[in-house]
Amino acid sequence: MNKTVNQKAWFLVLPVFLLVAFSAVIPLMTVINYSVQDTFGNNVFSWVGLDWFDEIIHSQRMHESLARQSLLTTIILLIEVPLGIFIALNMPKKGFWASFNLVVISLPLLIPWNVVGTIWQIFGRKDIGLLGHTLSILGIDYNYAQDVLSAWITIVIMDVWHWTSLIVLLCYAGLQSIPDAYYQAAKIDQASRWSVFRYIELPKMSGVLMIAILLRFMDSFMIYSEPFVLTGGGPGNSTTFLSIDLVNMALGQFDLGPASAYSLMYFLVVLLVSWVFFTVMTNLDKKGAA
Amino acid sequence: MAQIKLENLAHSYISKPTSKSDYALQKMNLTFEDGAAYALLGPSGCGKTTLLNIISGILIPSEGKIYFGDKDVTSLDALGRNIAQVFQFPVVYDTMSVRKNLAFPLQNRGADPQYIKKRVEIIAKSIGMEDMLDTKASGLSADAKQKISLGRGMVREDVNAILLDEPLTVIDPHVKWQLRTQLKALHEEFSHTMIFVTHDQTEALTFADKVVVMDDGIVVQVGSPQELFERPTHTFVGYFIGSPGMNFFDVDIIEDIISMGDVKLKLHSIFPDLKGRVELGIRPEFITLSKDSGDIKIEIIRIEDIGYHKIVRAIHDNIKINIVVPEDVKIDNNMKFASFDRDHIFIYQDGWLVEPKEAKR
Amino acid sequence: MYKKSLKSPIIMFFYIVFLMLPIYWLLNMSFKTNEEILGTFSMLPNKFTLHNYVTIFTDPTWYMGYINSMSYVAINVVISLAVALPAAYAFSRYTFMGDKHLFFWLLTNRMAPPAVFALPFFQLYSSIGLFDTYWAVALAHTLFNVPLSVWILEGFMRGVPKEIDETAYIDGYSFFKFFRKIFMPLIASGIGVTAFFCFMFSWVELLLSRTLTSVNAKSIGATMTRTVSATGIDWGVLAAAGILTIIPGVLVIYFVRNHIAKGFALGRV
Repeated sequence: MNKTVNQKAWFLVLPVFLLVAFSAVIPLMTVINYSVQDTFGNNVFSWVGLDWFDEIIHSQRMHESLARQSLLTTIILLIEVPLGIFIALNMPKKGFWASFNLVVISLPLLIPWNVVGTIWQIFGRKDIGLLGHTLSILGIDYNYAQDVLSAWITIVIMDVWHWTSLIVLLCYAGLQSIPDAYYQAAKIDQASRWSVFRYIELPKMSGVLMIAILLRFMDSFMIYSEPFVLTGGGPGNSTTFLSIDLVNMALGQFDLGPASAYSLMYFLVVLLVSWVFFTVMTNLDKKGAA
Repeated sequence: MAQIKLENLAHSYISKPTSKSDYALQKMNLTFEDGAAYALLGPSGCGKTTLLNIISGILIPSEGKIYFGDKDVTSLDALGRNIAQVFQFPVVYDTMSVRKNLAFPLQNRGADPQYIKKRVEIIAKSIGMEDMLDTKASGLSADAKQKISLGRGMVREDVNAILLDEPLTVIDPHVKWQLRTQLKALHEEFSHTMIFVTHDQTEALTFADKVVVMDDGIVVQVGSPQELFERPTHTFVGYFIGSPGMNFFDVDIIEDIISMGDVKLKLHSIFPDLKGRVELGIRPEFITLSKDSGDIKIEIIRIEDIGYHKIVRAIHDNIKINIVVPEDVKIDNNMKFASFDRDHIFIYQDGWLVEPKEAKR
Repeated sequence: MYKKSLKSPIIMFFYIVFLMLPIYWLLNMSFKTNEEILGTFSMLPNKFTLHNYVTIFTDPTWYMGYINSMSYVAINVVISLAVALPAAYAFSRYTFMGDKHLFFWLLTNRMAPPAVFALPFFQLYSSIGLFDTYWAVALAHTLFNVPLSVWILEGFMRGVPKEIDETAYIDGYSFFKFFRKIFMPLIASGIGVTAFFCFMFSWVELLLSRTLTSVNAKSIGATMTRTVSATGIDWGVLAAAGILTIIPGVLVIYFVRNHIAKGFALGRV
């Protein structure tokens, strides 16, 4: 559409601008403010420059949280993306079962995140949970509260349970847009199932798949509620990911200075990696299309 | 390559059809000769795509049989019938180069790489794309992609028939004629049986050896473009073919006298008693205008000068009538009479052509 | 078309079982008494009871949690839509100074980790006296919902030709009348999709809703995560509470199921 130039459009945009600015700019200024000052209480602040940033960059605690977070996000993406694509390929395209599947699959996405944590907290317990109980009957050593490996596995499975559906839905939408004629032509060409996927389905899904991967990357990097409810960050701090660590620092210990520096770096890291991700993928897409 | 025969073929999308209107295709018997070029012509919704899909094997007909040569292929799918199909929009593998696209069907059958290379080059040359063999398909224009679709269909030497479903729909008008010419040339070079679905009569008439005209699920006439023009066996063919199409008048007929309102015309032949709706059909090309006398009185509304001929829009007794006049004949608004060439008057009963009982002269 | 094999239904079956099993287990538990939960282990309640649900419906500390959450979610959806609609309209019809930058800035807010805002929001809303009110959570959530809403709505609005606006103005409609009577019905499904996503994000979010509420506007999430009493965790009630939070989601999906199937094909997502 040919858009007309009209500076008065700013009036229409003003409510959004003010609202988001209020929510984003003011807090961020506060955070920046704290990040360069120190306080000994009583609202007395003194300038410390980049000291907090220095401390955070070199802090082992932050490095460990970042490492844990990176490992988690990588594992999650490696499982959820192929699985999501796989399920989308197997979903019926029309009829009653198509609607049924869509409704059921969407369900985990609409459950409050703490309830997701609660569901798995219960599910995994030896005494009252189906999973925990079954595993203990089978003689498998499983305790997410005390054993690091169990905790990690539970968190990964919980996230897969929670979010794979998002990838499924997006890929499914991409698949729906492929006209039947492509499948018919592939049949006439005697293409194998793998060829159909590789040359027809994957290229057509690539747009939505990129969105799905970017969303999952960002959101998993900010994960908080589910692991918080499930393990509280433990055992020890083996499941303390970036957001949990930050909240502990900010609201738990009220360490305003370090927490603020941490916040800014966290935000920057997400923006940076998202930007890299996005650029890489749009270039792959461009190269593919050229 | 083979002759394609449809025997008592009909199709309904409903499982238990009860009346004629439940059928997408009414019962028909059709034969497509080996190596000929056919057009399936008709307006949207007439069933031509359904018929094409039944021939190709994408759709299994609810009634009747299909034979390729002597083989009953009714229950075989597209692959089993060894046909190629080109769709309304280009179906190419975007991530592959042109060469790979063309080679794909042969590769999937495990053909010898040397053979594949040769075949691809032959086909690429015939569709005029031998310079672009290693370009990726995704960036190409719509007509190039359609050519690739077509090429991919022809790359198998043993293909029985090539079916094309309105393949020029997405092509720019000024390129359409180019592609059409190329299709015709390809047909002449490789002599595959080609069946081409279209709603554009120009496409059908220029491309095909024989045209199958369809309307509302019925095969109305099968014939060469010439036959369809000169002797339409159904009012629909008369109306659909020709630009403008045939003129029709509701008439009564007794023996050899036609009554058209107040006008009476004498014909060269005698017709039997006819019940139902009787119509007189005459093509605009076979009406002459005159200042002084003629079969009917007319009032000229508009004269359109197309260049090589003129189209005269006129009215007789509140009925619209079109007349085509050659370039060199002069016309003016004083011409109040029109005469019908008796040799080109056709009588239709409920849409179908009626043969005269006997010729009078 | 690919032949119908048994493979796909079997795969879908397992996936659906995987998704439903933990929810089923929660449902199972919500109908058991605590004694039974801790004492025996069974796939179906031995002694079916509605006691847990009764507790929730009669105890204000529980049912207020739902009422509070639904309130701030509703307020959030209304606010988000109200500000996003005119903004999306502007983005889809006009170019103006800084428009691309503004749009991009809006989207980056979606990428902001909520954890970063937990403390600042706590201080901000406390300082303006909105702490522990619906407004605090509703406004806080707009940080993420408004950019998303503008993005989605703009996409839908782009599909409505400008000529319709111009015709309306020629016919004498004022901007507001045109927007209400002509434009909004045309993008009704877009508004539906947007409202859906706003609802979804606001309803499920925990961190901010817990941080910004304490007693008066306590969200159901906060209620559930703070429910450890002297006698230990009341599993039955917790399970029932969980099930009740899933119900709005089920209802919403059920009502929009046709639109989900159709709306996805509209290409915006």
